[in-house]
Amino acid sequence: MEQIIQIENLEKSYGTIHAVQNISLSINKGEMFGLVGPDGAGKTTTIRILCGLLLKDSGDVKVVDKDISKYRKEIQKSIGYLSQKFSLYGDLTVDENMEFFAEIHNVKDYKERRDELLEFTRLKSFRSRLADKLSGGMKQKLALACSLIHKPQIIFLDEPTTGVDPVSRRDFWKILSGLLKEGMTIFMSTPYLDEAERCNRVALMNAGKIIALDTPQKIKEHMDNFVVEIVCTPVRKAYELIKGITELEVQMFGDRVNVIVKNYEKEIPVVKKLLEKNSVEILDNRIITPSLENVFMHLIKEAS
Amino acid sequence: MFNRIKAISKKETKQLIRDVRMMAVIFLFPVFLLGMFGYAINFDVHHIKIAVYDQDKSSVSREFINSLLSSEYFDLAGYLNSDKQIKQNLDEKLAQCVVVIPYNFSREFYANRPSKIQYLIDGVDGNTATVIMNYVNVATMSHSSKLTAEILARKGMNVFALIQLEPRFWFNPELNSTRFLLPGLIGMILIVVSVITIALSIVREKERGTIEQINVSPLSTIEMMIGKTIPYIVIALINAGLILLAGFILFGITIKGSILWLIISILIFLFSSLCLGLLVSTIADSQQVAFQIGTLISMIPSLLLSGFIFPIESMPPIVQIITNITPAKFFIVCLRSILLKGEGVAVFWQQLVFMMIFAFAVLAIATRRYIKKAV
Repeated sequence: MEQIIQIENLEKSYGTIHAVQNISLSINKGEMFGLVGPDGAGKTTTIRILCGLLLKDSGDVKVVDKDISKYRKEIQKSIGYLSQKFSLYGDLTVDENMEFFAEIHNVKDYKERRDELLEFTRLKSFRSRLADKLSGGMKQKLALACSLIHKPQIIFLDEPTTGVDPVSRRDFWKILSGLLKEGMTIFMSTPYLDEAERCNRVALMNAGKIIALDTPQKIKEHMDNFVVEIVCTPVRKAYELIKGITELEVQMFGDRVNVIVKNYEKEIPVVKKLLEKNSVEILDNRIITPSLENVFMHLIKEAS
Repeated sequence: MFNRIKAISKKETKQLIRDVRMMAVIFLFPVFLLGMFGYAINFDVHHIKIAVYDQDKSSVSREFINSLLSSEYFDLAGYLNSDKQIKQNLDEKLAQCVVVIPYNFSREFYANRPSKIQYLIDGVDGNTATVIMNYVNVATMSHSSKLTAEILARKGMNVFALIQLEPRFWFNPELNSTRFLLPGLIGMILIVVSVITIALSIVREKERGTIEQINVSPLSTIEMMIGKTIPYIVIALINAGLILLAGFILFGITIKGSILWLIISILIFLFSSLCLGLLVSTIADSQQVAFQIGTLISMIPSLLLSGFIFPIESMPPIVQIITNITPAKFFIVCLRSILLKGEGVAVFWQQLVFMMIFAFAVLAIATRRYIKKAV
């Protein structure tokens, strides 16, 4: 498969903080790639380096077959970038924002493309509204439309759906799948693992390092332990008991805990006994297919 | 490249026109400053309040007093009757100067002997006190020579001064200080407005994060900076025109020299001021800080170090070197030459060169700092 981004041994530090530590990965043309990790994992730093907004300390980065340190401005002609923060001109209208970004990208006949994008993002009826007066979801769609006006080959999205309501989020994803169909490469970062599940491939990133890199399915299969879901009450007490007394890894989700075990027959009865003895009521327990979240938390724990 | 610069300028103009508050500040601030400086800061000494303690109370002393008060320089603050009142008048600032005519004034006069008059001047404001002293000196001398002439005439002799002093002040014949201050004022207003507007406009992009989208586009730093400065040059040029118009209407100041060179000088000055503004925008990360640094860096030096009020020649050598931190220093020389003296470019071309050097030096620093931060 044709590779469109190649990263080798990339490093970046801010003073004593190693934001990105020796990461290597390559992105295929036309795929949706997800960079997943908690806040401070180095996701934004990586994206900003790829967009030429930040200088790397060392390593090789090639985007659309060009070296980022030498051809920054060249590369920027064929990429789009959507930053975490809403970054359009609030005092310009939807149309004017798009016009401006078209013009600074030297797109001459942008009118048709603009109409197409406004149609695509369903913003056409708001075209003469000031960007500041749009709702959060619409702002995000407008920002996406602006970063697509020059028909980039790759689009970088930095946590595009953070702080966006569920309905707009679904809309946004529909637009993204439309782009994928057109053959665009999408590189996104997200803290949401449900979003990561929808990517072709994901890289799990923690503390500046990539701790897993594969398709979501393969990453989940990689987990050789059982995940046992115990629905119980009070759940916090159960979590603390298991965490404090047994050696097992435990994760808490709402009204249930997930316990990661190597040997189901041997270890689960111990856990059950412990909970019952401490008057925690167990409503249900079963082995579940691990979610990305389970795997991710497991991997982070193993790494540390 | 040209298209991208145009795109930036177009966008900037749209935003500027929609920002009513900013527009108000840009156009009202100069009017406010002009009014304040033009009327309030005035070094001309007129209507000196003078109190008279006439101990003689003779026709000779009265004649002398009348000749003093007949000029527009002196206003009578009152007649005094005791030494105590002198102190009171000066203390309470009822009078700036007290004339004391002694008991023997007319007696000495009729005896053809020189008599003395005492002037007590409030010396708190040294500048004004010197001016008052000069005025009373001249007034007294001229009255004295008039009396001498009368006396000699009675004796059948004709008197004339052997040497007559006829001073004539060029470029500002009435020694009107507003005339002297206006060029500096124009310089100060233009530099403050340009530095602040451009700095705010860039820092606002930083605050909003829009600068990221610009940085990730093929637009280069220099294209962005040029694109951003164009609308502000136009605005500042309109501003300069308004100030000159106001200077003519309010203070009757006309342009004596070449209008072409006036515009060229203003453009070069604006360019260097805007470069300074760009530098400020690389230092500040919030609009508040940008405003403060911008005001500090533009207003203080152009007020104190530019020769606007205090002549540079009388500053200590080290301070004279420091005065080069403001392009207003060079601009004021050009403006005074063009506005007041009507001189040609031969006199001030060096100043234009200095301003260009200043502008490019600052622009180079600003661009370097900007690129360093952005990438």
